[in-house]
Amino acid sequence: MVKYVIVGASAAGIGAVEAIRDVDPVGSIAVISEETCPQYSRPMISDFVSGKADFKKMKCRTDDFWKENNVEALTGKKATALNLTEKTVTLESGEKIFYEKLLLATGGKPFVPKMEGQGKDGVFTFTTIEDAERLAAKIDSINAKSAVVIGAGLIGISVTEALMKRGLKVTIVELQEKILSLLLDAKASDLVEAVVRKAGVNVVTGQSVQKITGKPGNESAVGGVLLTKGDQVPCDLVIVAIGVVPRTELAAISALKINRGIVVDNMMQTNVPNVYASGDVAEAYDFILSQNRLLPLWPLAMAEGQVAGYNMAGKKTTYMGGTNMSSLKYFGIPIVSIGLANLKEDPTIEILVKEDDEHNVYKKLVLRNNIIIGMTLVNCIEHAGVIFYLMRNAVNVKKIKHQLLSDEFGLATLPVSLQRKMCVVQ
Amino acid sequence: MYKEYRPLHFYAHLSTLNKKLMMKLMSPMKRIIAKQEACMGCGLCEVYCTVQHSKSKDIIKAYNSERPKPISRVIVERNKPVSFAIQCRHCENAPCVTACLTGAMQKDEKTGEVTHNKDKCMGCWTCIMVCPYGAIKMDKEGKVVAKCDLCQGLEEPACVANCPNQALIFKEVKP
Repeated sequence: MVKYVIVGASAAGIGAVEAIRDVDPVGSIAVISEETCPQYSRPMISDFVSGKADFKKMKCRTDDFWKENNVEALTGKKATALNLTEKTVTLESGEKIFYEKLLLATGGKPFVPKMEGQGKDGVFTFTTIEDAERLAAKIDSINAKSAVVIGAGLIGISVTEALMKRGLKVTIVELQEKILSLLLDAKASDLVEAVVRKAGVNVVTGQSVQKITGKPGNESAVGGVLLTKGDQVPCDLVIVAIGVVPRTELAAISALKINRGIVVDNMMQTNVPNVYASGDVAEAYDFILSQNRLLPLWPLAMAEGQVAGYNMAGKKTTYMGGTNMSSLKYFGIPIVSIGLANLKEDPTIEILVKEDDEHNVYKKLVLRNNIIIGMTLVNCIEHAGVIFYLMRNAVNVKKIKHQLLSDEFGLATLPVSLQRKMCVVQ
Repeated sequence: MYKEYRPLHFYAHLSTLNKKLMMKLMSPMKRIIAKQEACMGCGLCEVYCTVQHSKSKDIIKAYNSERPKPISRVIVERNKPVSFAIQCRHCENAPCVTACLTGAMQKDEKTGEVTHNKDKCMGCWTCIMVCPYGAIKMDKEGKVVAKCDLCQGLEEPACVANCPNQALIFKEVKP
């Protein structure tokens, strides 16, 4: 019997191990992971492809992380079955592990829609270090000159930048009318698109790929794509970066409640006692929408894993919630966007905007009842965290509304009572 | 009743129970505290911080020629007539540490300091997004972030030592 069994060793798994060890130094922990390499930062795989980072730089914990935390690491192993009455996890080898507390941190897997020709050599997804290594090796081995990236979300933009840096000609294809549409409003999206185009990327929006075609003389290798409106784009590689879906297979064969992801409460516990879920596989709380939803983001997975870990080890901890929140560094244009930054105008909301086209600066806040529910900052992000604090704590900003977007905005602008609460002044 | 004398190593057995608690008992933390009423908003702390974090440690070179340009990790917040200096608070449950995508931002269990490893930083700006104090700055040339390191190696951080009005003090605080 292992006291804590964790399935998955990325952000949520790491967070859970650290939290458990914070309060329980002795309880046995076993982590099951398909990957055998040390813990690494998945958001960094684009830097790996571009050549900016090697694997050593990508490691986000020490090589001895398992040993230091006294964890039995079942790496290179796949959990294939879960029995909630017996309280066991079965590995591919048939080995059964009995658990007292279980955390499902199985993450997400890339979503690949059905496309003709998707089995051709040169089609990649982009989630793990293995994907990145295979992609980098392929670029070298076939001396790739061009690529089509399907999907202009966070992953699509990151891999596009990496491929550009390696000297490839990149076409990015997005089904929505705007790039980064889940994160940015039209204005901010246009700003980014202009920068991306200027860098030499061919941006195609409002279309998708209906077919991946072969090379003349070698049908099994990628030679190009056929877009939905009939245009042909020749390329050597196709990267599918549409998004991730939760890996719920392990949980699906049990009595666990699953919506799109595994349903959890605010202590990251599932509907089955002693079984927890965190990270991309779980539907955790969104404090802006006041409901649970899928939010496959690294920092949130880490935080959810920590909450699960503390609760598993007996320290009652409530998850404060996350929201749709990302910061972007790509193409040299820093952006932070949080919450409902892309709401349509309606009488219940108030939108504050400040633009400076000359410097490519765009700032936008969305307020409801004087509480900030959305924020986008482009090229001027240094006070993003202060505004995030106001959002997270649902601070009424009526009195400081006129200062929120000014260049002078900062901690000194906040009401003294809040400054005291934050302990910035005595 | 007598008060039992407990040397620090008395707490060593706690290491098997709670490493963090032991660290707290053993090492009181020194922190920079700003006195708002004493701050004149002169910005000298920013100047000395910049120089201290330059390669040359020379004010002229630091401001005029050094590349990447050294940047101040202390920020003077002004909203007239109020001003105060702010730098990384080395939070107990630091949001930047949890949010860091690469493990560059870490909490030192011994000193309580939030440390930033520049070599691990990928410049994704996620820590900036979550820092409630706006105390993390962008090093745009270096494509990494920069924040207060309490001037490791100095007896007193440069901003504290050079504040003309003693509006910054470096003292032990309860963890």
